[in-house]
Amino acid sequence: MAIKTKRSTKIAVTCLGWGIALWLFFPIFWMILTGFKSEVQAVSTPPKLIFAPTLSSYAEVFERASYWHFTFNTVIISVGATVGALLLAIPAAYSMAFMPSKRTRGTLLWMLSTRMLPPVGVLVPIYLLARSTHLLDTCTGLAIVNMLTNLPIIVWMLFTFFREVPAPILEAGRMDGATRWQEMTMVLLPLALPGIASTALLSLILCWNEAFWSLNLTSSNAAPLTAFIASFSSPEGLFFGKLSAASTLAVAPILVLGWISQKQLVRGLTFGAVK
Amino acid sequence: MSRLKTACTLAVLLSGSVLSTAQAAGTLTIATVNNGDMIVMRQLSQEFEKAHPDIHLNWVTLEENVLRQRVTTDIAMKTGQFDVVTIGNYEVPIWAKQGWLTEIKPDAAYDINDVLPSVREALTSDGKLYALPFYAESVMTYYRKDLFQKAGLTMPDAPTYDQIRQFADKITDKSGQVYGICLRGKPGWGENMAYVSSLANTYGAQWFDMSWKPMLTSDAWKKALTWYVSALKEDGPPGVTSNGFNENLALFASGHCGIWIDSTVAGGLLFDPKQSQVADKVGFASAPKGPYGKGPTWLWSWSLAVPVSSHQGTDAQTFITWATSKEYVKLVADRKGWVAVPAGTRASTYAAPEYQKAAPFASFVLNAIKTADPSGQTAEPRPYTGAQFVGIPEFQAVGTQVGQTVAATLSGQMTVDQALTAAQSSVTRSLRQSGRAK
Amino acid sequence: MQAVLEHSAPKGASERKGKRTGLLLLSPAVLILLVWSLVPLAMTLWYSLINYNLIDPTLHGFAGFSNYWYLLTDPDFLYSLLHTVILVVGVLIISVGGGTLLAILYDQEFFGRGIARVLVISPFFVMPTVSALLWKNLMLHPIYGVYSAMMRAVGLTPIDWLARFPLLTVMMIVSWEWLPFAVLILLTAVQSLDSEQKEAARMDGAGPIAQFRHIILPHLSRAISVVVMIETIYLLTIFAEISVTTAGGPGVASTNLAYLIYSRALLQFDVGGASAGGVLAIIIANVAAMFLVRSVARNLEV
Repeated sequence: MAIKTKRSTKIAVTCLGWGIALWLFFPIFWMILTGFKSEVQAVSTPPKLIFAPTLSSYAEVFERASYWHFTFNTVIISVGATVGALLLAIPAAYSMAFMPSKRTRGTLLWMLSTRMLPPVGVLVPIYLLARSTHLLDTCTGLAIVNMLTNLPIIVWMLFTFFREVPAPILEAGRMDGATRWQEMTMVLLPLALPGIASTALLSLILCWNEAFWSLNLTSSNAAPLTAFIASFSSPEGLFFGKLSAASTLAVAPILVLGWISQKQLVRGLTFGAVK
Repeated sequence: MSRLKTACTLAVLLSGSVLSTAQAAGTLTIATVNNGDMIVMRQLSQEFEKAHPDIHLNWVTLEENVLRQRVTTDIAMKTGQFDVVTIGNYEVPIWAKQGWLTEIKPDAAYDINDVLPSVREALTSDGKLYALPFYAESVMTYYRKDLFQKAGLTMPDAPTYDQIRQFADKITDKSGQVYGICLRGKPGWGENMAYVSSLANTYGAQWFDMSWKPMLTSDAWKKALTWYVSALKEDGPPGVTSNGFNENLALFASGHCGIWIDSTVAGGLLFDPKQSQVADKVGFASAPKGPYGKGPTWLWSWSLAVPVSSHQGTDAQTFITWATSKEYVKLVADRKGWVAVPAGTRASTYAAPEYQKAAPFASFVLNAIKTADPSGQTAEPRPYTGAQFVGIPEFQAVGTQVGQTVAATLSGQMTVDQALTAAQSSVTRSLRQSGRAK
Repeated sequence: MQAVLEHSAPKGASERKGKRTGLLLLSPAVLILLVWSLVPLAMTLWYSLINYNLIDPTLHGFAGFSNYWYLLTDPDFLYSLLHTVILVVGVLIISVGGGTLLAILYDQEFFGRGIARVLVISPFFVMPTVSALLWKNLMLHPIYGVYSAMMRAVGLTPIDWLARFPLLTVMMIVSWEWLPFAVLILLTAVQSLDSEQKEAARMDGAGPIAQFRHIILPHLSRAISVVVMIETIYLLTIFAEISVTTAGGPGVASTNLAYLIYSRALLQFDVGGASAGGVLAIIIANVAAMFLVRSVARNLEV
């Protein structure tokens, strides 16, 4: 930014920036590292930084649980929930942003408030509903639940993005004889794409990491990665190596996706900051 | 707009029909704990599938607490997602009374009389058998022979709690990260309260009197809890409120504990050089005795049962008889070695000379389980059975709640007296709420 | 906002038509959310008035308000409310405060900034269960943990974090997950700040603190509101981190409302009591929502 930042300030900023970054990232780094230790190495005191890496923990994790089955379920559920939520949220947010009424504000806040009660409070009702609709232990069931829990936030985020699209642009489109449908798909969506993409990413991350419903509404067929982790969290004997390996496996796909899309996330989550 | 709506509906319908997978006939869903013996069962179950090509097995392996929630919800609401469940001898009689479990009638080849009587008895309700034991455990004392030798101490065969305390004081070396005594401190009815209840028994304390009035403020409870808190504060490892069975096992196996009083099942893991750094230094003795000395004794078994809600009861019974049979024990011995066979259930296992050779603690454990008596005599008459638990449905909640209070004394938030008074009032409340106590 | 209203509110028949289309577009989301919240709510209300225990079917019948009475007179209930507030406020302060400072830091040009940014936001992608297990076992464990080893290396006695400072430790772990999210949003906002504005302020002789107070902070207010809004929604229902690390203890030292209800529902299997807790949580959620409306939503121009 500034042209003549002093050299010492520059060094200080670099050190601080890297120091904090490494400190915040350290637990993840250590988890990845521990995954390559044997169980005995993993509990040695003081902890070893340099050791002969082994894949034994990974081998055992793969032997104990079908990782790909869990990952596949997680992907299906997260993507399904995100797509479903976007399909419902885009028209709703469009209506709120461009056809507001007296009740818009209230509706939006009511939506957000549905998200604030602990899920366990409604566990039994939801469980019974899922059972009677035969959605227990299905990816569809879990995707619907995830979609519904994230819907309020998605509507609200899209609403704020849409509102930044200047109405005259849409008006101009309508003057040219575009229908609402065309207006939404041809004009609005391309303009708001960075925001939509960021919203979708956020929703994917939240679905990927959701643990409560995943554990309670699935058993085997639709069990996602959070259930995979629950089978490694406190077994008999030494388990730090296996736990780290399993955790790394469960986190890796979403972490990599996050890294790749980091720039996109930063660009998209503007929330009206850019006027 | 209608186009969009149609698109939505279509998408939902499509995803629904593609994603929902129906349960294939002949598939058994087995819910089990992520303990070592169960992991082995899962690996070896391929043999079962080979022998029974029409039965396919589907495994749900979860951590103990999560498993218990899942299985209880499923069974109580009669959903029928699980065909075989792994439960303890705490649940079996309670669930059998609710009519949730199928009666098990093993055939002659199974040789039910080979199953140790105390273990069998704990899975029986009104004369009917409701589960088959996968492995069983009682309690014993483990100690480090090398540390005792260095300090010039000898562990008696049947130590008392006072002696244990003196030994622990002597071998504690905090700067060397060796802690005299490790005990369960993690809150939970199956964690710290399992140990604390059995400690209380031998001090002559008990949970309830005949009218279900809690007796937690008795002198015997005070003495027992004082021993527990002071021993762990002075000679215990740091972080004791996070240590359950598994954590202590890890601590002992990595050489941080001098004495550990816990389940007999740990023997198989501590004596295994692949999993333990102290395999050649472990000694054992019976569980210590307190002033009262008698009382019910610890008995736990992880058992396989078939819920009434299962649609494939017959196949499920076939599986659980296989997994708890003599042939299965042989199979584990062949594949994983004798030291890894499921312990504590069958007399024939202990009669095998190979097992006695591989597991130096074998006859000791056999004796501990044979003599284990969960319905033993407490100092005063009591309306319930169980040694390290109370055999009533409320105990899961009550035990966990008191477990938290006990943990708070370890972390120094409460004194022993405060904790017992608080526990007394919360237990009174819970039993009144459930309608058991007036 | 003004412009939007003017442009999208034509008069007469077309207005009515516009309203109808608007309602039509809005209704699928609203209807499905209504069903999703009302049906379980009605069931929860009903359960909260009856005796319903999963593991004791002999206990049944109408309970009146006894479930509420047992919950409200439970000394743990007030603690759990207090802990919920402490957790939400604490994490918000750490993540918004720290997030603002970090956003400014990572807006500066320095060597390897791109990679450093990626590292900083990484914790947000880690699932709560994993991060709780990670902190409990690999970082803070008083014997094996890295932090304990560091403390021992400089001659200190390691702290048993989860027993001595349970709520604070949970707060730290949760902050570790949510601070990156705040950085992400706030960084976006800081970047959009006109550098000319900052330059001008500097010309006027404004020091860094004055620049921060008068230019950066007002510019960030909206992004901060976004962070507060989204994080509050999640922080009110924190559960996995507590269940994995402390299970609400020792005692009730780290039990929040979500965990209290969980212990009713899945440890005691007391559906009646848990439902009463759920109903109270709904009321609290609405109070929180109202509070958010007053303090935050105005900033969001909703």
